[in-house]
Amino acid sequence: MKNLVTALFLCCALAFAQSHPAVAIHNAKIVTVSGSVINKGTVVVRNGLIEAVGENVAVPADAMLVEGEGLTVYPGLIDALSTWGQPGGAPAPTATATASRGGRGATTTATPAATPAPATQTAAAPARGPEDRPQTTSWVKIADEISNTDRRIETARAAGFTTAVTFPTRGIFAGQGAVIDLLSGEKSGEMVVASPTGQYISLTSGGRGGGMGRSFPSALMGYIAYVRQIYLDAAHYQLVKDTYAKNPIGMARPEYDRALEGVLDSPRILLPANRLVEMDRMLHLAADLKQPVLLYGGRESFRPEAAALLKKYNASILLSMRWPEASRDADPDEVDSMRTLETRDKAALAPAMLQKAGVKFALYSDGLDQPRDLQRAVKKALDNGLSREDALRALTLSPAEIYGVANRLGSIEAGKIANLVVTRGDIFDDRTKVEMTIVDGRKYVPAPDASPAGGRGATNEPGVN
Amino acid sequence: MKTFLCAALLTVPLCAQTYVIKNATVMTVSKGTFKGSILVKDGKIAEVGEKVMEPAGAKVIDASNQYVIPGIIDCHSHIAVDGGVNEGSISVSSMVDIKDVLNPEDIAIYRALAGGVTTANILHGSANAIGGKTLPIKMRWGKDAQGMIFEGATPGIKFALGENPKRAGNPTGMAINGQAQQGRYPATRMGVEDVIREAFNNAKIYKAEWDAYDAKKTGIPPRKDLQMEALKEVLEGKRFVHSHCYRADEILMLLRIADDYGFKVRTLQHVLEGYKVAKEIAAHGAGASTFSDWWSYKVEAFDAIPYNAAIMQKKGVLVSLNSDDAELMRHLNSEAGKAVKYGGLSETEALAMVTLNPAKQLGIDNRVGSIEVGKDADLVIYDKFPLSDYAKVQKVLIDGMVYFDRDNEVSGRSGKQAEKQKLIDKEKQQRAPQGAPGRRVGL
Repeated sequence: MKNLVTALFLCCALAFAQSHPAVAIHNAKIVTVSGSVINKGTVVVRNGLIEAVGENVAVPADAMLVEGEGLTVYPGLIDALSTWGQPGGAPAPTATATASRGGRGATTTATPAATPAPATQTAAAPARGPEDRPQTTSWVKIADEISNTDRRIETARAAGFTTAVTFPTRGIFAGQGAVIDLLSGEKSGEMVVASPTGQYISLTSGGRGGGMGRSFPSALMGYIAYVRQIYLDAAHYQLVKDTYAKNPIGMARPEYDRALEGVLDSPRILLPANRLVEMDRMLHLAADLKQPVLLYGGRESFRPEAAALLKKYNASILLSMRWPEASRDADPDEVDSMRTLETRDKAALAPAMLQKAGVKFALYSDGLDQPRDLQRAVKKALDNGLSREDALRALTLSPAEIYGVANRLGSIEAGKIANLVVTRGDIFDDRTKVEMTIVDGRKYVPAPDASPAGGRGATNEPGVN
Repeated sequence: MKTFLCAALLTVPLCAQTYVIKNATVMTVSKGTFKGSILVKDGKIAEVGEKVMEPAGAKVIDASNQYVIPGIIDCHSHIAVDGGVNEGSISVSSMVDIKDVLNPEDIAIYRALAGGVTTANILHGSANAIGGKTLPIKMRWGKDAQGMIFEGATPGIKFALGENPKRAGNPTGMAINGQAQQGRYPATRMGVEDVIREAFNNAKIYKAEWDAYDAKKTGIPPRKDLQMEALKEVLEGKRFVHSHCYRADEILMLLRIADDYGFKVRTLQHVLEGYKVAKEIAAHGAGASTFSDWWSYKVEAFDAIPYNAAIMQKKGVLVSLNSDDAELMRHLNSEAGKAVKYGGLSETEALAMVTLNPAKQLGIDNRVGSIEVGKDADLVIYDKFPLSDYAKVQKVLIDGMVYFDRDNEVSGRSGKQAEKQKLIDKEKQQRAPQGAPGRRVGL
């Protein structure tokens, strides 16, 4: 029997790129996330959607049967902030932390991410102010750039991910993200579930000498001033455009500004915040801009003040799963500050803390793309008090809710997109194997060496953390 | 009810309670020095005198043989700023705002507090002829960024003259890493003047557009430009100009610009050659915030004398002494003491240079700067005569709350060290070579 199932899986992996008939997973444990766990039930998938789920669901005659005895079915995992599915190894999003010291001009800033400036910005012509729209590609829709050849799609799927909310990450206003399904070998357009999902904003401050760069902006306050000016301009632009649309007679035609068009199209903004101070600053900024905000990073959100702050602003946060660690190359004689030591010790408490406080959060990969690393990262949160149910929610229904796509993703319910992950054992156990993933109703079986138990170690990718 | 409210504010060190500081030598700065007591109630100074009322429940601080002065005010500081103190890419960076990047966790705040500083004017750097927006903060260690801001104080803007704004932008276009760089205008002192005049020409046009719109309020309003908005506020007198300067010629240059465009220079900062043009400074009504005896770190700072503060004061200029530095900030009391030696100022006059005078310069003297009934209870208790190098700060109160207590600080150190050591050891243990083969060790 087991051999048969295995043979069937192999068949699927090879054959079902083109046609996707109905599939029924029978007698499996089904963790729906939205409802209670079904200990023994059936999920029927047809035409890319979940047709039926329940204890007493009949297996349709035409459906391919998967014997689910000993298997558990979960909703496909969602990477809430990702660069998966983009061509050319896009840098992982990082909520860059800025370090600060007192004293005159002694403020130094670490810039770990050597993010290349977008093509519009060259060294020869430094920006002289907000009107030059520095490091801005707000109009870019990543949905238009999706590539199904990104090899991370396969490793992510092997870790149980079926969906990613992928964002362009270069520049201050990097562009619009999209929710994509992690398909291989299909037309890229098929992957897009929702677009745009928000404007990715990064504030990597401090060029040479912390703010003494050649091009505006170069200090953090310059970055923030630029963001403020863009939203003032956008509001004014909208007003002029509306007036012109009402009656263009005798009125000068407003100049088309793609940077502002991009900003006006965004349903929300993503702002970087690792330290408590940054969370406070960014929430305050978003409130000033009157924009729905989603923070990303969240390294110090283990502090009780963080949850209080997020509740006060009724904001959600995306937590990086790349928990901070001491650098392997650190000078052994150099002792970090209490603050840093504490953050390394307690960062992974954040999900449990936020859960307890009732703050909506989701977890994101932050450059991790190997199954074993992703699994270890979740394990660390579990070891720090997060329940398995809550961890699963933070990787399924919560991100779907945060991005407003919970009506089609994030749980196993009839009518939703058929994104499932099937495992032998609990999804977060380190010996568990992902048996298969179903994305948009299409089955994928991970390559034998790609499962969590056999993956390779963390890549030391530059531009991450 | 009150205690309930206080309990809710977890991050605040202590609640505003009623204090009686007794048997101290009180240096009020504005109303003389005497032996007596201060009653602090609801964050304000409620009573000052040889004898004050002692309400039931008041906490008594016995300050026998000790001195109380008003909280020290630093008119020029760059602490508590995240991500760079200069937006150095352009010569007019008036769109940026220190308020956006305050870092209430900067340890320099606590250190300044331990040096008796209760208020500081947090300035943008001096890389630009017209720099960023600035504001005074109170050293309310433990509060968030908004909680630091000196509420109701008139905000400022930093200007800078001389070498810094002309050199900071690599004006000669010197190559960096073999790559030719486009230099930033200006490259000369003439250019600095031109940049400021040009900016105000634009600001006047901008202001006229807005004034015309505000008069009628019809049609589409003009575009709001943050860079121009700050200068419009200067022209309207709603934002104070604090200008970095050294030489007499550039000081006069700026005063002329201000007269031409109809605004006031609130303070000249550093102003090391101020003694040469003190009459002109006084006539304009600008304050001067200088160093006690710090100079010769560059050619434009050669022609300085320790009598600068005293001479300017005697010519009718409102003078304060500032730090411009996180370290110097911790002993502004002894900086003030130097003005007694150089220039023969009275002790009160000297102390005023780090308390009441900077308060006046920042327009906050109705709230702070001296020990008077009704003012904020921002008080510093010293064990010895405060202008002495040997004086140590014992307690600092801001808004009637104890934010620094030397006894608590010293007695708490071993506990904090132990806590830290625990984390260091824990990390070491976790990073130690793995145990039995095949066993996974947590990261």
